[in-house]
Amino acid sequence: MIALRVNGTEHTVDADPDMPLLWVVRDLIGLTGTKYGCGEALCGACVVHLDGEAVRACVTPISKAAGRSVTTIEGLSKDGNHPLQKAWVELGVPQCGYCQSGQIMSAAALLAKKPKPTNAEIDTSLAGNICRCGTYTRIRAAVRVAAGLPKEE
Amino acid sequence: MVARVADVSMRRRSFLQGLGLVAGGLTLGLLDEAEALAAPPAKAGAKAAGAPEGLSPNPFVHVSPAGEVVVVCQRSEMGQGVRSSLHVVIADELGADLARVRVVQAEGDKKYGDQNTDGSRSVRNDWVKLRQMGAMARTQLVAVAATRWRVPATECVARDHAVWHDRSKRTLGFGELAVDAGKLRVPDVKKIQLRPRSELRHVGTELPLRDGPDIVTGRGQFGADVKLPGMLVAVVERPPVVGGKVATFDATKALAVKGVRKVVELPTPQGAPAFQPRGGVAVIADHTWAAMRGRAALSITWDHGPNEIYDSDAYREQILSSVRAPGQVMRKVGDVDKAFAEAARTLEAEYYLPHLAHAAMEPPAALASFKDGACEVWATTQNPQAARTEVARALGIGEDKVKVNVTLVGGGFGRKSKADFVSEAALLSREAQAPVRVQWTREDDIRHDYFHTVSAQSLKVALDKDGKVTAWRHRTAFPPIPSTFDATQKRPSEGELGQGVLDLPLAIPNVQAEAGEAPAHVRIGWLRSVCNIFHGFAIGTFVDEVAHARGQDPRATWLDILGPARNLTPEEAGVKKIPNYGTPIADHPVEVGGLRNVIEKVTELSGWEAKRKAGQALGLSAHRSFLTSVAVVASAKRGKDGKPVIDEVWIVADAGLIVNAERVRSQLEGAVIFGMSVLFHGAITMRKGAVEQTNFRDYPVMRIGEAPRRIHVHVVPSEARPGGVGEPGVPPVAPAIANALFALDGTRHRQLPLSAKRPG
Repeated sequence: MIALRVNGTEHTVDADPDMPLLWVVRDLIGLTGTKYGCGEALCGACVVHLDGEAVRACVTPISKAAGRSVTTIEGLSKDGNHPLQKAWVELGVPQCGYCQSGQIMSAAALLAKKPKPTNAEIDTSLAGNICRCGTYTRIRAAVRVAAGLPKEE
Repeated sequence: MVARVADVSMRRRSFLQGLGLVAGGLTLGLLDEAEALAAPPAKAGAKAAGAPEGLSPNPFVHVSPAGEVVVVCQRSEMGQGVRSSLHVVIADELGADLARVRVVQAEGDKKYGDQNTDGSRSVRNDWVKLRQMGAMARTQLVAVAATRWRVPATECVARDHAVWHDRSKRTLGFGELAVDAGKLRVPDVKKIQLRPRSELRHVGTELPLRDGPDIVTGRGQFGADVKLPGMLVAVVERPPVVGGKVATFDATKALAVKGVRKVVELPTPQGAPAFQPRGGVAVIADHTWAAMRGRAALSITWDHGPNEIYDSDAYREQILSSVRAPGQVMRKVGDVDKAFAEAARTLEAEYYLPHLAHAAMEPPAALASFKDGACEVWATTQNPQAARTEVARALGIGEDKVKVNVTLVGGGFGRKSKADFVSEAALLSREAQAPVRVQWTREDDIRHDYFHTVSAQSLKVALDKDGKVTAWRHRTAFPPIPSTFDATQKRPSEGELGQGVLDLPLAIPNVQAEAGEAPAHVRIGWLRSVCNIFHGFAIGTFVDEVAHARGQDPRATWLDILGPARNLTPEEAGVKKIPNYGTPIADHPVEVGGLRNVIEKVTELSGWEAKRKAGQALGLSAHRSFLTSVAVVASAKRGKDGKPVIDEVWIVADAGLIVNAERVRSQLEGAVIFGMSVLFHGAITMRKGAVEQTNFRDYPVMRIGEAPRRIHVHVVPSEARPGGVGEPGVPPVAPAIANALFALDGTRHRQLPLSAKRPG
């Protein structure tokens, strides 16, 4: 049995230590906002925060999360009122939406460290998050708006 | 009560009949509505028996006594914005307040007409039909109000969720009228009045993203997100080669994995692949991770079958040979051979584009629950009716025993029109006697796709001594989509050639298009803009080559080759028929003026002439597809590391009338990125019949750092009949950028992708 805290709630799960955090969160705990996209840390659809750090849940064994605090998209804010979530809706960033929880979680980790990022810093921080629909220019703009910067650099 | 049910059943039938008659002008619609007509009345009646109180004149709209308007979205939402657009057409026609409209997602049912969400057809095919659905409800609400007030219905108007009699300053809310309106005979679709366009208040404006708040909080439900009590998860190891099958397998180690419940061999598909599951061995487990680990522990030997010969290097030479020789003539004007013989000079180029995978961010996933001879499914599907048919076929039960619920689709691009993965879930649920979700891994998605086809093309022009183009010959060879359904199909079909080859306006006296043989060895599918990807690339690049060969501005060459504004006819094109995406050219002509206009507009907005004179590297291309004309200008620069950077892109579209300007803009922005992936990135290659790529590591797609700094979108204001939006932005992107790269460094790109190893 492995204990971890997810979005402020304590959970004890019966899982092999090498089971990825992604499947623990999705299949055992039932939070499906974190997405499977590649299973190999290539696409970023599964990004969550582990003690505030952005990690790829698909390659993070649950043993590594034991006793630590996990934040998923469901726990990023109470009512979807994180500045990034608000900017994402205001600018109509999502198309299909599948990658967007990972995009937002990566961007949230960036803003926590760099409240006023440059476009280059946004691109670097989100380099691991693929959006096949191609919402990248709006993602950049929404991160800037959430940071209180003008839409364009 | 019984009488009422029969009554409703009668009304449903009259609706369907009306719809069938109205659809007479729409070729694609006609088939769809004919299907709707074929729905047994008993079934319609049974459905209606459970219908909520209030007004339900057709399957698309319901007005409750509380005044809530429920509108059905019968198309799948996959990022193109149907759930933020289609209901607005009905609501505007009805006169509803958008804040009091609830959108519900349709299950797969023929009563909705066509639900196959591809071909950029949702607005272009449903525009009139959806207005009729709203107008039916409005007509009934107005009729009730007029009767209550004893005034002529013509004096009453429906707006702001109420019916108004302005002269006497009286008003009744929709909710107050709904129950009585529901008792009226449903009006004849042929006779209802549609509103003047000016009264459709929201159509054409920037409308909010309805699912945005759900998506950014993780609440949006995609294919893998649906849960049922007692459900299991399956992962399938499929034959690496299409047409192959399991020879032997040993499940001992897989069954020893903790959480694995069962290992099942799936049936081998019979005949052409169509939408059948690929077969293979499924591992059913308590959760996804256990199923994946169980699959990794399987030991399988395969009988690969005849497609083991498929090798992309050899095949490239094969289809290039095909376009180096005469093919089947599909378009002919004048005499190209004579013109080539008499030319001052000729110019010829070959193009090769690889197979592509769809690689939507959400891999295929479906949950099925088979119980008591019936099956309910939740799937990320673009085509719920096909899923219903396929599941029924796979299980050997009637379609009336199958229910297909549609989740949000996490990217489709054509892949999720095919229901192979949905049937897998259904078969495995029956085997497991429990609900089963089939989860495709990314590797499964890349290896077992219905691939965008591989293509070779040869283009040749004759130029006279003044540089005028006197002949144009286009040869194209690619394994055709029909081969997926009929193994004897080995040449491009008319419909596929209609995507850029047969319908290209050419003000050139001698024109010939030829189709070369190219047998398929994998499942060929359709990917966002389909054959327009490679036809648009070759044509768009070749026009630029012609421009440079004759020392002319590419913009002038484009306009010169397209010729004056006119409607292209089959006679002028030298074809039996212009396929025109299933729409008669009488209804939606190939307007050369529209294509010229987007070229003129995009060059104006991008500052084409001034910037080119200042030495900036700009590229231009244009293409009409899915009844929409699009032109693109791209600006290329040298990055700090010396590598080329695509700094800005301008895209101009004439899509006729649009519904949601905001989603149209987002689709065109996305099309630029999608087109850039085609140009720079992925290629699917085969060795011994199996796909070499596995994941985003070796099948890369665009990432944020490569995205242009700015994408400028302009949509030509138009009240003309709607064209498509989801796909037509893609084709001109890759050639415009390739032409910009040529302007930057003089290198001509004729084989894609650019950044990967040489394909094939």
